[in-house]
Amino acid sequence: MTAVSIIGSILIIIGLWGMLTKKNIVKIIIGFSIIDTGIHLIIVSVGYIRGGTAPILDSTVDRARVVDPLPSALVLTAIVIGLAITALMLVYAVQLHRKRGSLDITAYKELKC
Amino acid sequence: MIKRALILIVVAVAGWFLISFTASVPEQETLPLLAEQYVSQGAGRVGSANIVTAVVVTFRGLDTLGEVAVLFIATAGIGFLMRLDTDKGKRRTRTPASELLQTGSGFLIPLIILFGVYIFLHGHLTPGGGFQGGVVIASAVLLMLLARTDPRINHTMLRAVESLSGAFYVGIGVLGLILAAGFLDSRILPAGTLGALASAGAIPVIYSLIGLKVGSELVSILDTLHNAE
Amino acid sequence: MLYIFIIALGIIMIAAALYALYAGKLIHAIISAGVIGLLASIIYLILAAPDVAMTEAAIGSALTTVVFLYAFNRICADRKEGEND
Repeated sequence: MTAVSIIGSILIIIGLWGMLTKKNIVKIIIGFSIIDTGIHLIIVSVGYIRGGTAPILDSTVDRARVVDPLPSALVLTAIVIGLAITALMLVYAVQLHRKRGSLDITAYKELKC
Repeated sequence: MIKRALILIVVAVAGWFLISFTASVPEQETLPLLAEQYVSQGAGRVGSANIVTAVVVTFRGLDTLGEVAVLFIATAGIGFLMRLDTDKGKRRTRTPASELLQTGSGFLIPLIILFGVYIFLHGHLTPGGGFQGGVVIASAVLLMLLARTDPRINHTMLRAVESLSGAFYVGIGVLGLILAAGFLDSRILPAGTLGALASAGAIPVIYSLIGLKVGSELVSILDTLHNAE
Repeated sequence: MLYIFIIALGIIMIAAALYALYAGKLIHAIISAGVIGLLASIIYLILAAPDVAMTEAAIGSALTTVVFLYAFNRICADRKEGEND
């Protein structure tokens, strides 16, 4: 559905803008999570058939009007991986805060510690 | 100032490309050819009523194996990183939870675990499956972590469940290589009638193992974050 | 009718995303990010993908918010210990 694709694209743009301009590390991670949600929306919206139903077959479902099952399967694993990577990034943020004491990304300018 | 303008130009150009590409994809009226093959073969040879389950477990089983591997690496990374700075030996005493939460959790936790097991056992019949069931089980353990002041999660059993379910998952895949057409083929067990519980070959077994593995890995992540003292 | 519903949900999602990036306090931003996941789950249900809706509701709105709150709590506790020393 085109409307959902456009909503997903706007979410990706907002998330990208947030990741590039914000200085707080946790807000950068929130921006990454927003980009993730936008990407999943675009992928699932590509698989929609007009007037289709869920791809679960029983005696009443018309097999020709079923929604494409492949994008759903791809997004299923992508959501779980997104959570794991977000958790890993947050653990990095906690450790960075322990070392330097600030959540501002401009405080980490040098390459050597 | 110049950096902000450059960022604005980059994001605007990327956004214009993205929106023009996604808005020009036409809405589909009929199923594409590959999806039609998946639907007819999922109902026929594989015998699973939930086509998304058939795609995740058998038609695209190797991607699921890769996803389980990525989840394992992320869990190991979180467990490793959160223990780097344990020279502060202060143990924070937690305030006990309210009585409503303590009593309610004692009643609700077994029901939530039962619901999670139901979801991944019936993955080939109803919406759901291994990932959703594993996440529901992890949320039941989260309730236990929040409601008790001193929860003792048996780390040995957690590690045993996680590694054994991963090993059995690959073992069933190799069994498919020996007894059936290829790696992670689900026809090592009979396909049965569409809609029965004991149908769709080895899909319930594989999805239960995936559900246990994902659930135990998420419990491990939550436990590491909870006990990061 | 369903189209208007999807557009309304989309506008609320975009507003929540902007608020999550420009909120004053960090805890408001975290809760706003959880709301985005919840509304995305409703859109997945309208697009006839119930498995994805279940997964997104459980992971995107519940577990992601919990992980953010754990990290936020840890950072605040570290900051308080740093001030007391």
